[in-house]
Amino acid sequence: MDYSIKIGGEAGQGIQTIGDTLARVFSRSGYHVFTHQDYESRIRGGHNFFQIRFSDKPVSASRNKIDIIVALDKESILQHEEELSDIGQIIYDSKTLNSQPSTQNSVDIPFVNLAIEHGGSKIMANTVATGAVLGMLGMELDILLAIIKDTFKKKGEEVIRANVNAAMAGHDHAVKQCMKCSFSAAPPSKPKMLIPGIEAIGLGAIASGCKFYAAYPMTPSTGIMNYIAGKEKEYGIIVEQAEDEIAAINMALGASFAGVRAMTGSSGGGFALMVEGISLAGMTEIPVVIALGQRPGPATGFPTRTEQADLNFALYTSHGEFPRIIFAPGTPEQAFYLTNKAFELSEKYQIPSIIIFDTYLSDSEWTYEGFDLSRIKYNDYRLRGEVFANLPVYKRFAFTQTGVSPLGVPGEARHLVVIDSDEHDEDGHIVEDAETRIKMVNKRLFKKLPLIKKEIEPPSIYGHSNPEIIIAGWGSTYGVMKEAADELSANLDIAMLHFSEIYPFPPVNKFNYIKTLEDTKMTICVENNATGQFARLMRAETGYAFNRSINRFDGRPFTVESLIGEINVLIR
Amino acid sequence: MSSLDDYKGQTPAWCPGCGNFSILKTFKDAMVEMGIEPHKFAIVSGIGQAGKFPHYVRCNTFNGLHGRTLPVATAIRLANHDMLTIAVAGDGDCYGEGGNHLMHAMRRNISVKLFVHDNQIYGLTKGQASPTSMEGMVTKNQPFGVFSEQLNPMALAVALDCSLAARGFAGDIEHLKGLIKQAVNHKGFTLVDILQPCVTFNKINTYEWYRQRVYRIEPDYDPENRAAAFNKALEWGDRIPIGIIYKNNRPTFEERIPVIKEAPLVKQPFDPKKIENTLKEFY
Repeated sequence: MDYSIKIGGEAGQGIQTIGDTLARVFSRSGYHVFTHQDYESRIRGGHNFFQIRFSDKPVSASRNKIDIIVALDKESILQHEEELSDIGQIIYDSKTLNSQPSTQNSVDIPFVNLAIEHGGSKIMANTVATGAVLGMLGMELDILLAIIKDTFKKKGEEVIRANVNAAMAGHDHAVKQCMKCSFSAAPPSKPKMLIPGIEAIGLGAIASGCKFYAAYPMTPSTGIMNYIAGKEKEYGIIVEQAEDEIAAINMALGASFAGVRAMTGSSGGGFALMVEGISLAGMTEIPVVIALGQRPGPATGFPTRTEQADLNFALYTSHGEFPRIIFAPGTPEQAFYLTNKAFELSEKYQIPSIIIFDTYLSDSEWTYEGFDLSRIKYNDYRLRGEVFANLPVYKRFAFTQTGVSPLGVPGEARHLVVIDSDEHDEDGHIVEDAETRIKMVNKRLFKKLPLIKKEIEPPSIYGHSNPEIIIAGWGSTYGVMKEAADELSANLDIAMLHFSEIYPFPPVNKFNYIKTLEDTKMTICVENNATGQFARLMRAETGYAFNRSINRFDGRPFTVESLIGEINVLIR
Repeated sequence: MSSLDDYKGQTPAWCPGCGNFSILKTFKDAMVEMGIEPHKFAIVSGIGQAGKFPHYVRCNTFNGLHGRTLPVATAIRLANHDMLTIAVAGDGDCYGEGGNHLMHAMRRNISVKLFVHDNQIYGLTKGQASPTSMEGMVTKNQPFGVFSEQLNPMALAVALDCSLAARGFAGDIEHLKGLIKQAVNHKGFTLVDILQPCVTFNKINTYEWYRQRVYRIEPDYDPENRAAAFNKALEWGDRIPIGIIYKNNRPTFEERIPVIKEAPLVKQPFDPKKIENTLKEFY
């Protein structure tokens, strides 16, 4: 079983609701699910879609062929009809669309009429459609009905009953009308967790003891703020919507100075405003985590689409020289653990960490058996209470063997915590002399850097153990590259090399990936940008140059089929 | 009890005769009199001559970026509302580079005590016009004189319902000390704009110029009358009022946040085990 469903329509029609609900039904049925979205920068109108793939085997990307298209607008038929698989069907409501697909493989289901008849209101047309999809798949309704009960708990019995009736009407109608449907869903098994990349970052922050999040809304980073804000009360977190991103980063630094773990997040344009603040974190050695959600630039670019073109920006952002960490998770699971690692290392070494992701990862949902909380690290590196009070002397920037100075929480002892954006002495006061300057640069940069490097994990390799071809990439291309490698492995000795810990650039002592690359006949660097920023970083850091590159910069993510096509061209 | 010696910081690098010296001395006197020990408060500053202020005080210090004192101070209060948080900025720092933050700090009514050393000129960068420079002032960068209207911080504060807005004068230290104490003791965001002559670069707004104009606001003036306060805020020129122009008793930002009702954020422990329950929400 490996089916794909596409729900298409205008913004505001409820594609998200149908998509979210179906994805949840499938994950609770124990299937492996992958979802992704494509939407325009508008609240109403336009054409958007939500795509769900589910299978009894692991899935990590969408596929081109669609088995069920739920068409809420004409465009869904015009644009996607050709994507139908051999057994594919379009479901639509001819009354609202005022048009019919040219293909015979379609079922006209009166979403609106059934909603009015059985639910009492046309609002429930989406519930009818959701029920109908499950009917076509030959699935039972129990999980959907349970979800309806949860969702509308606050709205009362009446609303629940109406939605249940609407779902059942859609389901029954599809079962009766879809004579040509030849779908058969696998039997349900143990429910899986379903999580989008963006919430995995938010969850990772909460699991790391983040107590303060300040940000200004900007796609695709806003979801982190939304998620954490929903947990403020439960976890004792303050989320502050700042007046701008400059305020956001400075607030995060203020909170961290005051003794709590702090984070901020934005996209390229907002991150640009944070640049001076990140430099301040570098100078004052204040731990902070920054989420950078990439979308196509320059400037406003494609606000709701995806790209991996801000790697250089993250690498070289901010004036002056100071250590930083850059992680680029490839999956929601990696996003969860790497957000935790970013906090751990930021606190341990008192440096800024950047989690770079993109719209594609942000919006994509994956399923897992669960997350392993024993892998989550939480060490409080700050000096508080008695421990702090009992120090005979305290110097915020004391010279130490490791370059890491004691991080005292102001107010917890009679010791004073003094920090300065100017070059400063061990006490934190302004200095002008060359000798202290050299010592400070040694302390905050050269002493810490080798220690941070040791913490960085090498890239992961997947596929053939002695490959002739390696496709390499970083961040959100993980899933697509993995499926492409799987598919091509029938005829090729191919492997995937994926980097999720980008900077400091991973050393080769744990896994000599450079040797692996050198031993491989063809190496291809796959990037969702125009200039191959990662390939250039690789060459700068290691001297190794990939043989080939595949770049996509149309604002859309790679698909498995498009990537395979491009790989085939290169190896021909 | 603390004494003046407890607040002895680094040696100031200001020009001899700078109005900042008397603000520094008055501030320390006020802290001694209020018995607030150095580790019990934090001063956040930006860049400019005023930005150096906390180094000369001996206290918890965050000397950050130009214009960004208020976001930092706001977050310190949110993380630890037991910490008296003072922001010190110059007129360029606060009204120019950081103007947006000032507006929103007033809106939030975060309990930050903001003292603006207002010398109506840029000192550290050597004599350019600031947002409070008077129209017509000629400088190297404004050879035809300043065209923009002088920013009126007091009128801005009244318009934004700032919880306490006051003007002080570095040449009247007894009065200034009173203002500092009232600001520290006031619940909510406070702006104290302190007229402070720049003896090196501002040849117009000198000690003499201010002395001829400033007057202490009459004792029978009611600073809680917003409309009257707006009129008072507009006074500038031949007579410049010093004292509390406006105040109100709006609830503070900190007291409205449910999360920190029981204890400051920094005192709240974190229990990683709780995540188990949250994970269940994804099934």
